[in-house]
Amino acid sequence: MAQIMLKNIEKRFKQEKVIEGLDLTIEDGSFTVLVGPSGCGKSTTLRMIAGLEQQSDGQIWIGDRCVNGIEPGKRNVAMVFQNYALYPMMTVKENIEFGLVNRKMPKAEREKVIREITEIVGLADYLHKKPQALSGGQRQRVALARAMVKSPAVFLMDEPLSNLDAKLRSQMRTELIQLHKRLGATFVFVTHDQVEAMSMGDRIVIMDKGRIQQADSPMQIYDDPDNLFTAQFIGTPPMNIVTRSKAVEAWDYQVDESVHHIGFRPEKAVMTMDKKAAVGKLHIPARIVTRETLGAEIIYQLESTVGTFYVKSFLKPLETAVEVNVSVSYTDLFYFGQDGQRVRALEPTEVQERLVIAGGGYA
Amino acid sequence: MPIEQRPLLKVLHYLGMVLLMAAFVIPFLWMISTSLKSYAETVIFPPKWIPSKIMWSNFTAAWESGPFLKYFMNSVVVSISILLLQFTTIILAAYAFARYRFKGGNLLFGITMVTLMIPGQLIFLPVYLLMSKWGLLNTLFALILPFSSSAFGIFMLRQSFKQVQEELIEAARLDEAPEWKIILKIMVPMARPTLVTFALFSFIAHWNDYFWPLVMTTTDAARTLPIGISKLREVDGGAAWHILMAGNMILVIPILIVFSLAQRHIIKAFVYSGVK
Ligand SMILES: Nc1ncnc2c1ncn2[C@@H]1O[C@H](COP(=O)(O)OP(=O)(O)O)[C@@H](O)[C@H]1O
Ligand SMILES: [Mg+2]
Repeated sequence: MAQIMLKNIEKRFKQEKVIEGLDLTIEDGSFTVLVGPSGCGKSTTLRMIAGLEQQSDGQIWIGDRCVNGIEPGKRNVAMVFQNYALYPMMTVKENIEFGLVNRKMPKAEREKVIREITEIVGLADYLHKKPQALSGGQRQRVALARAMVKSPAVFLMDEPLSNLDAKLRSQMRTELIQLHKRLGATFVFVTHDQVEAMSMGDRIVIMDKGRIQQADSPMQIYDDPDNLFTAQFIGTPPMNIVTRSKAVEAWDYQVDESVHHIGFRPEKAVMTMDKKAAVGKLHIPARIVTRETLGAEIIYQLESTVGTFYVKSFLKPLETAVEVNVSVSYTDLFYFGQDGQRVRALEPTEVQERLVIAGGGYA
Repeated sequence: MPIEQRPLLKVLHYLGMVLLMAAFVIPFLWMISTSLKSYAETVIFPPKWIPSKIMWSNFTAAWESGPFLKYFMNSVVVSISILLLQFTTIILAAYAFARYRFKGGNLLFGITMVTLMIPGQLIFLPVYLLMSKWGLLNTLFALILPFSSSAFGIFMLRQSFKQVQEELIEAARLDEAPEWKIILKIMVPMARPTLVTFALFSFIAHWNDYFWPLVMTTTDAARTLPIGISKLREVDGGAAWHILMAGNMILVIPILIVFSLAQRHIIKAFVYSGVK
């Protein structure tokens, strides 16, 4: 069992800095997901933890050991690759066994471990097949089993589900979560898919351009994003963002100069037929452009004087209405400064709102 | 339109293949036929394809006309030793060139490639002098050591090694595999078709080599089959074609055996390189 600490990590490829000033603590036994757009440095970070890539600067600690300069095989980590990276000329069993043989584990013990693990991942019937003869899902399981037999303190997974079809992917998600509970090891999981991140991680690390944007629990990130990037990255559809100048002009909404963007979640906006603004709520006249029915919920794209935005609704679809009014509670607004950081201090709070309802005017 | 749908083209296609095959096969069949004839039958006109009496004795005559067991063993030792040495050196060199970036790496690879363009006939003199200085003339070492590596082999194998996914090696590193195990358990099996093809070319080239042993050796003790067989021409009273062809058969049969063993892999090697 091990906590991972990255201290002031920097990574350059030739002149190009891809990761800078990265500080991160991954709690022992957590399921931590590194998520961010393609090219933001997730794989590089993971590979530095594994020791497959040498950081240009900074320290990496696994457990109570600084692993700078310790080779990959000795870091007590196992990795699952996106393309599985199974040894094609070896059978399933040989693939799983390879690491144990290299560790000189006695044969009897090896057989026992392999039997246990292949039972768990459901590969017992395929031990003597070559990887080519297996389906994508089965290959994925071999890759998992190969990692599990070594009983590492840390599992590193680089987009392990992205080569699977949608159904299998969601099944494997559930299985990985169960596996994590069962093993109690630290999981570090890389994905570019925010839905995957939200549904799997107990802790999410959002990265962009080689920097950590926010590291928190999924709900914390959703409810209380630190910055514009995080706010827009998490959530489907993403948070609606309006520049202050437009808001001032179109809605006559007064807000401090230091706020540059105002945001609200599509699911916090309500469409009404009321023409008049309700107390304590933002009132946005808009026109429905498209409607995307996802079953339980419906996503509307609307056009207004401040541009297009989205509303997510769980109510019955609005069949005919084209012109609607959207109302958003002031307390559901997020403010962001010029640098994209949240300006929490200026955001309307419950207390303020009660004052507004009681006394009218709002400054 | 594919050939299959045009009967005339199809006929021409197969005719072409048959002619091409005949060009390769007929001399070969003629060699087999002649090796089994009596002397009289080799010179009659018109020539006969099927000997009236099968003369197995030609083979014993050829074999016994000189120290053929010695020649044969020398050929085996030389070809196999070269192959083993080459495997060792080209696998290591190709792995380094394919997988590591090191100072002077490109230069070294460039030099290796340049040697591909220098024919053996050009360097035999300095090598001869070197062997003479080391006192290795008239020993098998003079036939083996100059071929202990192969630029062609390094080049081919480097290509195959480069095609192995990086992740496989990384997975092996995480599996605590030492470097030699990565080479022997991952790289070499992945490059097997290339290695088999190379082995075949190398084996045939050195098994059939006439020039090099002729230059480096003067005694029967260090000579190989091709030289022994060429001496069959010098039997008294003109060329004894039947004996000579029997000698050639002795030379060729081991190659056929090796080829049939390797065939499956060779075809694979060419199919692979075609697909990629
Ligand atoms: N071996 C490498 N050489 C040069 N640049 C690299 C190398 N690996 C990654 N990069 C660069 O580093 C950045 C981060 O890559 P990566 O960590 O793979 O991103 P992600 O996994 O988040 O998509 C990218 O800009 C990529 O081009
Ligand atoms: Mg990646």
